[in-house]
Amino acid sequence: MPTYRPGPVSLVLAALVALFLLLPLLAVIPVSLTPSRMLAMPSGELSLRHYRALIEDPRWINSILLSIRIGVVSSAFSTVLALCFGLGVWMFQPRFTAALVGFVLLPMVVPPVVSAITLYFLLTSISGFSSFFGYDTWLGVAMAHAVMTVPFATVLILVSLSQLDRRIDLAARGLGATVWERATRIIMPNIKFGIVTAALLSFVLSWEEIGVTLFITSVNAITLPRLMWMGLRDNIDPAIAALSVILIVITVLVLVARSVVVRLRAAQ
Amino acid sequence: MRAYLSDRMGAALLMAPLLLFLVLAYAWPFLGVVKWSFTLPTPGLGQYNALLTDQLVQSVFIRTLRIAAIVTIVSVAAAYAITVVWVRGTPVQRVVAEFCILVPFWISVLTRAFGWVALLSNRGLINTWLQAVGFISEPLALVRNEFGVIVGMTHFLIPFAVFPLASSMRSLDDRVLLAARGLGSSRMRTFWSVFVPMTRSGIIGSALIVFVFSLGFFVTPAILGGGRSVMIAELIYLRIFQSPDWGLGAAISVVLVLFVGALMALLFRYIRPKQLV
Repeated sequence: MPTYRPGPVSLVLAALVALFLLLPLLAVIPVSLTPSRMLAMPSGELSLRHYRALIEDPRWINSILLSIRIGVVSSAFSTVLALCFGLGVWMFQPRFTAALVGFVLLPMVVPPVVSAITLYFLLTSISGFSSFFGYDTWLGVAMAHAVMTVPFATVLILVSLSQLDRRIDLAARGLGATVWERATRIIMPNIKFGIVTAALLSFVLSWEEIGVTLFITSVNAITLPRLMWMGLRDNIDPAIAALSVILIVITVLVLVARSVVVRLRAAQ
Repeated sequence: MRAYLSDRMGAALLMAPLLLFLVLAYAWPFLGVVKWSFTLPTPGLGQYNALLTDQLVQSVFIRTLRIAAIVTIVSVAAAYAITVVWVRGTPVQRVVAEFCILVPFWISVLTRAFGWVALLSNRGLINTWLQAVGFISEPLALVRNEFGVIVGMTHFLIPFAVFPLASSMRSLDDRVLLAARGLGSSRMRTFWSVFVPMTRSGIIGSALIVFVFSLGFFVTPAILGGGRSVMIAELIYLRIFQSPDWGLGAAISVVLVLFVGALMALLFRYIRPKQLV
């Protein structure tokens, strides 16, 4: 427990930064209620027409469904790959582990735009052979998202494995458990929280991925961020404000729920 | 010996799928991009030569470095201010600071850029309000220029700058600060000559992370720059999709990777990775 508290100057500066961080998130609320068809502040009356547009316009619904489908598939894929990799590293501690983990983390540290052009190269090459698994297809986007999310899933799984007591596994091994039994009945139940977190984070990262998606889609695989991008670049559509408000509210609710759960657990 | 062999087999079997996936879906196509940079439109070093002579490319590189430097300084300073409260504040202050850091962190880059458009554009919150009050008659140009890009990127990167700073502030021993105060140093002096120097590794780590992120930034500059303040990443996009010149786009990517790689090597040389997280 720190005994040295920030003074008044620190508090004022921190409050200014906090205001700066929250301001743009609050600014979308009035815009989302404007009755105008363009981006503007409401003058006088408020309207929910842009919220209605989200439900009624099939473009938004289709994009949301597509983003969910891509997120689920890419998150399942990258979590399974990351889990197998993590189990291999943890159980066998092979030589060159550091180098192999470093290689797996590359898509996380390479500038996203370079990953984007790399995946663009990949998917346009695949398009030559296959029409449902290349550039501008949902499977292609799901694969590209898996490449981008798998380093994050791997980090989370390795972190939760590093907190696991090796003696449990040694005991199982001494009692004659096979590799499969150790993995599925000893290790995985003990890191299930890490596995679930990895899957959720992969889904969220895929759900909001735009940098790579822009390079590998054009007209067919329009994910939700891709549709928002189109509405932001050309004529700014206030429906984006309505959507942003909904996404911000969901984020705040999830974070508040999480901190309540953490606090309740700590209190127990 | 048999156990050793089966261990190696098991490790190989478990690790292979991910490694194979990334070799096929990431390493191999990256080599393809490198090949583009040497072969399109004609084989040779022409694209790299163009990087050194093309005025437009050079001005984009310089602008990117300038924006990245400004964004780094502002983000780290702002992150420092809020991290002090997050790590060392009273319990209530900490909850509020954590909320202000994590909510923007989890919100997508598009929503955040859009929030700034809603604030800064000609018909946005700030201009509408300033005009209503009568401070200005014409809207101020706050967006679709470098100012907007810097504001948006700073906003995006502050939470990333917070994490290394927080870890270095957490590991700092309170007794040193109390000793400085006990020896008669003022609050300000304790902060500047004891607290800040002792969090140096966090400052360097967070500055390098923000700088590296800013170099390859795409979405925020593209939206808030409005095509007028193009940075490297957007230039790559334009070279691939608008004026098809894949070779040049690929060559810029290769240079960007080398530059970022050199910075990362610097990062790991001066700070042990452990200290970052």
